[in-house]
Amino acid sequence: MTSMPLASSSRLPSRASWWHRNQQSLTPWLMLAPGVIFFLVYVIFPIFQSFHISLFEWDGLGPKEFVGLYNYEELYWDDAFYVSLRNNILWLLLYMLAIPAGLAIALFLNQTVTGIRLYKSLFFFPFVISQVVVGLVFSWFYDPTFGMFNVMLGWIGLDPVNVLGDERFVTYGIIVAGLWPQTAYCMILYLTGLNAVDPEQIEAGRLDGAKGLKMLWHIILPQLRPATFIAFVVTIIGALRSFDLISIMTNGGPFGESRVLAFYMFEVALSEYGFRMGYGAAIAVVLFLIMMIYIAFFLWKMARDERGH
Amino acid sequence: MRSMLKTSLAALATTAFVALPAMASGLQGELKIFLDTSNPAPRATMEEMISRFQEKNPDLKIETNIIDREAYKTQIRNFLTANAPDVATWYAGNRMLPYVNAGLFEDVSDLWEGELSQKLASTKKAMTLDGKQWGVPYSYYQWGVYYRKDLYDKLGLAEPKNWDEFKGNCQKILDSGAKCFTIGTKFLWTAAGWFDYLNLRTNGYEFHMDLTAGKVAWTDDKVKATFAKWRELIDMGAYIDNHTSYSWQEALPFMVKGDAAAYLMGNFAVAPLRDGGLDDSKLDFHQFPEITPGIPLAEDAPTDTFHIPAQAKNKDNARAFLKFVVEAQNQTKINGQLGQLPVNADSSVADDKFLNEGFPMLNKAYALAQFFDRDAPAEMAKIAMEGFQEFMVKPDKQDAILKRLERARKRIYK
Repeated sequence: MTSMPLASSSRLPSRASWWHRNQQSLTPWLMLAPGVIFFLVYVIFPIFQSFHISLFEWDGLGPKEFVGLYNYEELYWDDAFYVSLRNNILWLLLYMLAIPAGLAIALFLNQTVTGIRLYKSLFFFPFVISQVVVGLVFSWFYDPTFGMFNVMLGWIGLDPVNVLGDERFVTYGIIVAGLWPQTAYCMILYLTGLNAVDPEQIEAGRLDGAKGLKMLWHIILPQLRPATFIAFVVTIIGALRSFDLISIMTNGGPFGESRVLAFYMFEVALSEYGFRMGYGAAIAVVLFLIMMIYIAFFLWKMARDERGH
Repeated sequence: MRSMLKTSLAALATTAFVALPAMASGLQGELKIFLDTSNPAPRATMEEMISRFQEKNPDLKIETNIIDREAYKTQIRNFLTANAPDVATWYAGNRMLPYVNAGLFEDVSDLWEGELSQKLASTKKAMTLDGKQWGVPYSYYQWGVYYRKDLYDKLGLAEPKNWDEFKGNCQKILDSGAKCFTIGTKFLWTAAGWFDYLNLRTNGYEFHMDLTAGKVAWTDDKVKATFAKWRELIDMGAYIDNHTSYSWQEALPFMVKGDAAAYLMGNFAVAPLRDGGLDDSKLDFHQFPEITPGIPLAEDAPTDTFHIPAQAKNKDNARAFLKFVVEAQNQTKINGQLGQLPVNADSSVADDKFLNEGFPMLNKAYALAQFFDRDAPAEMAKIAMEGFQEFMVKPDKQDAILKRLERARKRIYK
């Protein structure tokens, strides 16, 4: 009995000391490992793979042919690419309207009236239904022959407009459809944010004579900053995810005027007539670089906030 | 010794086959079939055909998988490369090319040897790439102008035989307040139907084939002549407004309601038009009229086909199934149900007004084209059809569009 602990204590330091010494620092890594591995395999690795494929001409079936930067040169001369890029920028800019719109609705709904919970859920409803359904509903709404939209234009004496068939309006038409659920999303974020607003500060503001917009700007909004930041991030992500609406409402048309980069990438590489994997990958790389701007901004802002500004 | 044993075994097997035909006639093992026939009528037809094949081969384990027709077009490259079925539907012509080039379709020239080549002669060329056949056809159908006979009669119009009559009719229809043609170009290919016919009639079959094969420049004067003819119709206002918003199905109600008098379409449009309430007294068909006098009339007649993926596991069963598909009797039966035309020359055509008009038209045709997106390679088809759609809305941009197509042609056909 007495020899046992002696023997083990004499052996332990040499065998288990490394583990003992590093336990503290290793445990978090072990805990993180599943997430890190999946992140590497499904996010980081495909990024480099896209770079790699973009240097080839490949139909996805046969052998690959190395073409260097030719796919990028093609992109440079491709009008359709610039149309998609322009639309991407339009999406990113106009989608931001969801934030003030969501705030306005949230402020409006932030009151105690009988049945307010019902109204809140009704306003949130568009975010719950699928984007595909939103797309279908809006394409019927816009339908040039029997859609509500042209009937409504008629009430105010305007001529009918074929929103989804006219290259001048098509992107705006789809963005409006996308704003409908996105506004609801921002609204819910602000509603939760408003719950956390400190009533004492409002009281203090009132004593100092702040009212209306002044109150909103100087007292309420600063307290809503976390909500604004999240709304900003989800809206950018939403704008870059516009694929499903475009696919449902116009299929990229008329003559490709409503495409965004993600849709164009799908079309050249994976759709019915698309067999250009390398070209698609080149578009993906460009899209990735554009998104990097936002990601960099996001990281920079996070770092700055953590330093306590 | 060994060879002795082998031969005797083989002999035994043969006698067994001969002696017990009822027991040995069925195929053994498995057969996995992927179909794109997701519309109601074709779906029922195919299921019925497979059940007849099953009756003949009671021991065969058949697994059928019907995939949505549009989704199938993108899924095919996945299932051909991984987990391939034994039989798959697809289309003839250049649509096969990427899969043939990648070695994903089985060479089935052996099935075509002998009399089958004669019986299926009309489509042999469309099934042939590199001198080999890569599948078998089960059906084809005519394209042409489907029109509202009652409207034509009311306006005193006859079926046009040439371009002037065609345009003359159209002008009268426009004067009556309707549009001449309905069309929905949201998914682009409907516009290619118009280009096919205008080009076939203006410049002839050979030129059209050279163009889709990339041998002629898109900026060629002959192509411009085709577009000029098209522009005449566009400038008249012959097509319904806002066609860029509609699919081909969504364009049907214009014809059913009488807002448009005709539709350039494939024969598959007849079924939904009948469902919409147009019976044979109201709906009729005419061939696309001559444009340049003296050019022999060629037609679009897309062929639907069955193929064996190169990675199929049960190729013998698959070959037996393909043989069954092309049998004259079977083709008579399935095409009667599909409302389309059988390819086998020994088959008979169902007694249907439109098939009765279409069948002799195709038999007399100078040549048969598949369809623009099956004759041209996929990339070129996509870019060109987008150009056609744009041209139908903004005919003034013709030169810019043709230049764009020409640049694409130089890149695609190397």
